[in-house]
Amino acid sequence: MNIHEYQAKELLRQYAVPVPAGSVAHSVEQAVAVAEELGVSRFVIKAQIHAGGRGKAGGVKLAHTVEEVRAATDEMIGRPLITAQTGPQGQRVQRVLIEQAVDIAREHYFGFVIDRASQRITIIACDGGGVEIEETARNEPARIVREAVDPAVGLLDFQCRKVAAHLGLGGKHLPAAVKLMKALYRCFRDNDAVLIEINPLAVTLDGQLLALDAKMQFDDNAIYRRPHISNLRDFDEEDPKEVEAAAHGLNYIALEGNVGCIVNGAGLAMATMDAIALHGGRPANFLDVGGGASPEKVANAFRIVLLDKNVKAVLVNIFAGINRCDWVAEGIVRAMRELNVKVPVVVRLAGTNVEQGRAVLAQSGLNFLTANNLDDAAAMAVRATSGATAHEHLYK
Amino acid sequence: MSIFINKSSRVVIQGLTGQHGSFHAEESIKIGTQVVAGVTPGKGGTKHLGIPVFDTVHEAVARTGADVAGIFVPPPFAADAIMEAIDTGIRTIVVVADGIPVQDMVRVKRYSAGRDVVIVGPNTPGVITPNECKVGIMPAHIYKPGMIGVVSRSGTLNYEAVEQMAEYKLGQSTCVGIGGDTVTGTDFLTVMRAFKGDPDTEAVVMIGEIGGSQEIEAAAWAKDHLGKPLVCFIAGLTAPSRRRMGHAGAVIAGPADTAAAKMERIEALGAHVVRNPSKIGEAVHHALR
Repeated sequence: MNIHEYQAKELLRQYAVPVPAGSVAHSVEQAVAVAEELGVSRFVIKAQIHAGGRGKAGGVKLAHTVEEVRAATDEMIGRPLITAQTGPQGQRVQRVLIEQAVDIAREHYFGFVIDRASQRITIIACDGGGVEIEETARNEPARIVREAVDPAVGLLDFQCRKVAAHLGLGGKHLPAAVKLMKALYRCFRDNDAVLIEINPLAVTLDGQLLALDAKMQFDDNAIYRRPHISNLRDFDEEDPKEVEAAAHGLNYIALEGNVGCIVNGAGLAMATMDAIALHGGRPANFLDVGGGASPEKVANAFRIVLLDKNVKAVLVNIFAGINRCDWVAEGIVRAMRELNVKVPVVVRLAGTNVEQGRAVLAQSGLNFLTANNLDDAAAMAVRATSGATAHEHLYK
Repeated sequence: MSIFINKSSRVVIQGLTGQHGSFHAEESIKIGTQVVAGVTPGKGGTKHLGIPVFDTVHEAVARTGADVAGIFVPPPFAADAIMEAIDTGIRTIVVVADGIPVQDMVRVKRYSAGRDVVIVGPNTPGVITPNECKVGIMPAHIYKPGMIGVVSRSGTLNYEAVEQMAEYKLGQSTCVGIGGDTVTGTDFLTVMRAFKGDPDTEAVVMIGEIGGSQEIEAAAWAKDHLGKPLVCFIAGLTAPSRRRMGHAGAVIAGPADTAAAKMERIEALGAHVVRNPSKIGEAVHHALR
């Protein structure tokens, strides 16, 4: 789960991590009020959307007067912001963060992640700020420092000093740097974060360390024990189809193709998408119905997949282990009847109760394309899309 | 032979009395698995499915000689259950529980460091040695005894590969799902080392996916040490960047995480890379010739 920058900074304040003075505004009037209360000579207005790349996309503006704050906010709020990460339709800006602008002497990248290699909470830091960390790690690995935390003893002072030294935060900066790193570690650990990224971590002209930006992600599997984090979820930032799917226990991700996919298991769902591509088609979505899928769940999967109007055929690929093919088949039949499905439906069933499942489909009297294996299923689904409307492939 | 589990394995199911534990214990007994004990705190002294239930894993081990643990407890309690099993000295632990907080697993990994234990999972379909022993949730009837070792992150792709192999009359020595999480008990390399040591495994199938580099590390080791054909498929050629594709660990964070990049690296390391998920069985067949 992601949260907004302003929410992350409020959390950081609770851990005594220094952040610029400022507050969130949901309207132009609120932005003006925040600016007046700040009473400073320079402001930063930052669009609050989850996607990155805001700076380059015009989502971060500088202002010198309250009137300029008003104008900048007016330009952002209520409009879509298109960044490298939002996709071409952009993400509507619902709120902005108004902050005091600071004079920056130096910038660094500082983050905590769950590191796959060490399998531990790990600091990743870089002497330069505002960098794309993955790219820097690839091209200039010497600039990156990693420090894994032993969970038995937690983050130790000396580890912080090592990292600080790498960043050039020795000497007079050292006590503040150590304090900041340990506070961030506590914030990460105690909230079940999976990513905290301070990019940039700034040293101001007057020698203060300051978290100028903050990005946080939390472990979906641990949200049950972090209600204060769960409350920060902003459903406007998520695809409504994905939100609804999750409410039904389905894992759905919208894509840009026209073959709707209903599959069990994340790996098989990806492989099914891949098979569609190998046959020259494009998947419209990733969808994992999970284990123990009831007829209701499968019917809901159909409904959600068909909300996407680009879908020209549906491919159901089930390899039942803990699932039951007969239940899945009942769900397919129910969905076909209730939703009056007009696009071709290709079904491939395998595994537990496969014969019963095929019987349910056969007895329904409905029109399915049945496939015996993944390859045939993908080929049939792709053919079905082009058969329906040959020109549909031309969209985007 | 086989790896990790066989017909002599004595299995304790933690969470035996729960719905999932109960169902899958019965299923695994059908293929000959010796489920000798169950553990459900608070239900010690009772019997379930005719199997004695204990309050602690220690009691279960002391009284029944259990040497493999299958963990079916709900995710919030799973880390504690795993560490309890580790503490008894059990050397094979299969964690079927799905949705364990990643920081819990970080602590489990720390707790298990330096101990002689293999933790398979979490979020694994389990481990099966066909017709001998199953600790997990896979449909046992599709697995046939044979010479192919299969290791995958995904459960359903493990089934898919096995079904494809049946067309070529290829059975399996042991099949292992390592799970799709970011922090897992065991990785591809550990399982591959075990397959090397199993004289009855003649070829290994590794089914990976986007995210991380453990497939490449395993393939690099296999190049010089496995001494058996390695067939590999990586799922997620069509996965978009930065999205978690169902599995917590299946996310493309950088160019090296993509399926295309991983398959290219693995191919360069000498493995038989199959790009079509429908041709895994065929690729194994060819690799053996």
